[in-house]
Amino acid sequence: MSNSSLLSITNLKAGVEGRTILKGVNLEIQAGEVHAIMGPNGSGKSTLASVIAGREGYEILGGGIRFKDQDILDLEPDERAHLGLFLAFQYPVEIPGVNTTYFLKSAINENRKARGQEELDAVAFLKFIKEKARLLDLPEDFLKRSLNVGFSGGEKKRNEIFQMAALEPTVAVLDETDSGLDIDALKVVANGVNQLRSPERAQLVITHYQRLLDYIVPDVVHVLYNGQIIKSGPKELALELEAKGYDWVIEEAGQAAAVTSQS
Amino acid sequence: MTTETLPIRPEDPFLEALQSKDPSSEEAQTWLVPIRQAGIAAYSQGGLPTTAHEDWRFTSLANLREVTFDLSLAPSTLSAMELESLPDPLQGKESIRLVLVDGQLDEGLSSRSLLPQGITLMSMKEAIQSHQTSIKAHLGQYTYGNDSPFAALNSALFCDGVYLHLPAGVELEIPIHIMHVTSDSSQGRVSLARNFFHLEQRASATVLETFCGPNKGAYLTSPTLECRVEDQAKLEHIKIQDESPEAFHMACVYASIDREAHFKSHYLSLGGKLSRNHIRTHLNGEGLCCTLNGLYLAQGHQVMDQHMVVDHAKPHTESHEYFNGILDDQSRGVFHGRIHVRQIAQKTDAKQTNKNLLLSEEAIADTKPQLEIYADDVRCTHGATIGQLDEEAIWYLRSRGIPRATARRMLVHAFAGEIIDRIDHPCIRESLDQLIWDQLEKLPHFHTHTSTDPS
Repeated sequence: MSNSSLLSITNLKAGVEGRTILKGVNLEIQAGEVHAIMGPNGSGKSTLASVIAGREGYEILGGGIRFKDQDILDLEPDERAHLGLFLAFQYPVEIPGVNTTYFLKSAINENRKARGQEELDAVAFLKFIKEKARLLDLPEDFLKRSLNVGFSGGEKKRNEIFQMAALEPTVAVLDETDSGLDIDALKVVANGVNQLRSPERAQLVITHYQRLLDYIVPDVVHVLYNGQIIKSGPKELALELEAKGYDWVIEEAGQAAAVTSQS
Repeated sequence: MTTETLPIRPEDPFLEALQSKDPSSEEAQTWLVPIRQAGIAAYSQGGLPTTAHEDWRFTSLANLREVTFDLSLAPSTLSAMELESLPDPLQGKESIRLVLVDGQLDEGLSSRSLLPQGITLMSMKEAIQSHQTSIKAHLGQYTYGNDSPFAALNSALFCDGVYLHLPAGVELEIPIHIMHVTSDSSQGRVSLARNFFHLEQRASATVLETFCGPNKGAYLTSPTLECRVEDQAKLEHIKIQDESPEAFHMACVYASIDREAHFKSHYLSLGGKLSRNHIRTHLNGEGLCCTLNGLYLAQGHQVMDQHMVVDHAKPHTESHEYFNGILDDQSRGVFHGRIHVRQIAQKTDAKQTNKNLLLSEEAIADTKPQLEIYADDVRCTHGATIGQLDEEAIWYLRSRGIPRATARRMLVHAFAGEIIDRIDHPCIRESLDQLIWDQLEKLPHFHTHTSTDPS
């Protein structure tokens, strides 16, 4: 493993309710990189995102995840967030009664506290988030509203990116953030991600469609199929998948597996 | 151990005393005699109901029956110092304060210096004599014939309370705070305040009623409030029940609401061993809006019951009922809400929700939303939920760096906040928000959920 590796997943096997979903995932993400994971439905993309972020209910059956050279599998989701990990949800949760501003302030200050930084006061905080909100073209009053309540699908996704922008994670995992977005919203989301790109950070973009990758240009594209990464390649791979579908990759991987097992 | 025999407690704690009353010879005000008699008659029909009665299916009065109550209704006194030690949500804020000790107004502890001219706010005992003509036409008229045994008990025996009257067009900005205090722990004390709020056309007012008592002893507080809210008038009423742990609190609230009027009534239940809000609203004019909004926080073995009927009696009326319960330990929350839409009440718009959050495995919520609709062009919805904190929401908050215990607290607070946010009066809303936050912090399973807690 290289020293600049931020997220390192080795032979990760995980499942839920006795069903194995991830069957040995290997992934190395270096600082400064954007990786994309594509793959047909049911290949384990969302499971991978959930397991990285530490969602309860998944059984880890083998392998490991290291983040900033630390084993994170035993950490609570909030502890992973404190280390600088962020998951943009595919289906952001509506939380009635929890005001968006209050929520963000708690989240930011919990992270700051855990990192030994001073908590932001009300004035500094408001200034900070208003700046971030401007970037994402969110409705005027959304900071005053309950978290995600009454938001359209597109607004919820933008709110995810807004939270990401506010929390400034070292590694952000975006779980199908592009699904259900029109082209304008897609550009706003991509812009939010691109703003965060820096030599110290990395992003993992999980998507169904090549479209998003026109705006967030990845360094590496992976194909996840049946719980394993069966092919990795440069950004052009996404275009090829868009044009030809997944069958050829799956077939290729099948032949390779057959060759391996023969030898 | 003593060998003396315990006094035999009557099967019904009030029936015998009520039936021995003779209002026609005992009641000094002749116009009150029929009200007294009606109360006695209504109570005598069944006395205290058992759980066989549909309206009392989930709420047993067995504990109340075991107490020997003192119906002398003689009030004790409260010193100014004792009063200061009681929680006052409007402390340090401008308010007009009336203090009722054991159901009777204590002039010395009350402060009406901010009461504007033209508004009547006085002891019911006094008003019965001095404002007879204003009260006579209303008192007892809105109780649906004493449809609760506790309203009947109140009608038969009350000797004081509060009379509030706002003439047409008078808007009162400063909130009125009525503090109902039970004075001491003398066993079996009964307080029966009878209150009547009358807002004439276009008048508006905010009234906060708080109920508290001594730390020990079984006592009964059974206030009955009647409200008449005339055309385009606006009444915001906030009732906080924070009685002591052994207390019984059986309140009745009746409101008759006229054309384009607004009646917003909030119910916050925190204390007592057994408490019930019996609420009946008569929606009697087009274009009006009635909101009943409540939160009950129960722990230990507390039982808290919210029982309401919203009676849509005219077309184009709007009603909302929102009740949230947070139940911990082995407590029980009961909600019974009926929306009654009469045949004439076309274009009724009624909405009712009851949500219960169980913080322990042993807490019980009973909910019974009912629609009874005789008109054919209405919009009525109701919904009820009983559940635990949303794990999806906890996961979402944790993924943002918020620890589980904090996430849990945020969600419980939010659940309570939904109700508190509906209070219009900013001062009262803010102080109740703080009060609720403090109360939530005291719940045994506020921070962590446990199935059984042997301690």
